[in-house]
Amino acid sequence: MEILFNPTMLLLATAKDVAPVLVLLVLFQTLVLKRPIPRPGRIIFGFGLVLVGMTCFLGGLDLALFPIGRTMALQLAEGAQKGGMANWTAYGWVYLFAFLMGFSTTIAEPALIAVAHKAHEASNKAVSSWGLRIAVAIGVAIGITLGTFRIVTGTPLYLYIMAGYVVVVIQTVFAPRMIIPLAYDSGGVTTSTVTVPLVAALGLGLASNVPGRSPVIDGFGLIAFASVFPIISVLGYAQFVQRIVRRRNRKK
Amino acid sequence: MSLAILTKFSAALGRALLGASRDLAPIITIIALFQVLVLHQPFPELFSILTGLGLVIVGLALFVVGLDIGLFPLGETLAEEFARKGSLFWLLLFAFALGAGTTVAEPALIAVTREGTKAVAEAGLIENISASIDRYALGVRLTVALSVGAAIVLGVLRILRGWSLLVLIIGGYVLVMVMTLFAPKEIVGLAYDSGGVTTSTVTVPLVTALSVGLARTIRGRDPLTDGFGLIALASLTPMIFVMLFGTIVN
Repeated sequence: MEILFNPTMLLLATAKDVAPVLVLLVLFQTLVLKRPIPRPGRIIFGFGLVLVGMTCFLGGLDLALFPIGRTMALQLAEGAQKGGMANWTAYGWVYLFAFLMGFSTTIAEPALIAVAHKAHEASNKAVSSWGLRIAVAIGVAIGITLGTFRIVTGTPLYLYIMAGYVVVVIQTVFAPRMIIPLAYDSGGVTTSTVTVPLVAALGLGLASNVPGRSPVIDGFGLIAFASVFPIISVLGYAQFVQRIVRRRNRKK
Repeated sequence: MSLAILTKFSAALGRALLGASRDLAPIITIIALFQVLVLHQPFPELFSILTGLGLVIVGLALFVVGLDIGLFPLGETLAEEFARKGSLFWLLLFAFALGAGTTVAEPALIAVTREGTKAVAEAGLIENISASIDRYALGVRLTVALSVGAAIVLGVLRILRGWSLLVLIIGGYVLVMVMTLFAPKEIVGLAYDSGGVTTSTVTVPLVTALSVGLARTIRGRDPLTDGFGLIALASLTPMIFVMLFGTIVN
């Protein structure tokens, strides 16, 4: 196994991602708003930490988790096929792996950590940051599992997604108003740096091993699953909390 | 003085390191268990894996601390200044540049459009030669960047005017469903996926800081119900516009 880990290149690549944002912020603050940047040293230091942090994070993922996760997804997909049984129960390990992978990658997703942190603060601590992240992670886990089931059975993608949207619309009517924007947002933030590479590897591995599937057509689409189901689980979590609070109030 | 800052910083970093270890524990456990118990395989190159894990934990911790002292305060200050100055044009221009500029170079988006376009070419919708594939992929990427820019602008306008997020989102979903019926089948998967990959690790915290800051500064808006929802719009518009792009090019 040969891994090319080049810290300088990686740092440069991350800088290329972060620099436009920093330039944009500084330009607007100084030229358009004509305001000095408050505590510039502290903010530059913060940006430096984000830059170095992302570089270490991405480099470490490439070194430790991605290669082994990818091989594992491929081996599981192949193993299920060698089991000989064409029916969907032969894929038990694959489904379990998909579920656990969806959950654990979402817990490690930096963008979700940031949003949960902000939500906790914006709601005056009413929304628990850890509870939100677990709700999102369960949604992604269910979504990815259903997505692998779809690849194995070969049913059309839009059926699942549209059914998902219908559930979301119905839940929206009944869920507490304050959670709705946050729930919709969590659909978008889940699929990012950690989740996408591992999930895409699982999808591609499955699609190239299950007979009659095309990797290019069936391998994708898992990400769409991971964006719809967290909305359902976060709305569901809020409904559950609301019901408990109501019941407790009635008892009083 | 500087010593006090240093102790505060190391305390924050220590907390972040603990948090990062907790965040990464599930994924590490699951990979290890599957490797040993299900696949019955030893760990290849244990040393490089341990180094990698160390880097991941330190990286996540630094990222979280950096957000707190760099990205979040700057985003909120900008939002406050914009709200105080009340220059709508510049605020919307900033919102658009932030959305479109950070999306166009997003590595995940580049990967998804490249693979997706190959599928489109194999289906015979465009010529299966690299020149036309590259052109089509670039077209999809620019479409996605423009639609994310438009989404952030729409989201900021919503906070300012107090529009209902539900009307926007449900209207958007209806459009997605209508477009799904009319767009060429091969583009649908690519369009759905491109909605998910647009929001990057740097953009999300910054957009959230900006919108929560705006909602907090403007009277009559609530940071929780009005400050969130921009990411949702940014995942919705690319689906609509990519399907539109596919229909028009077809």
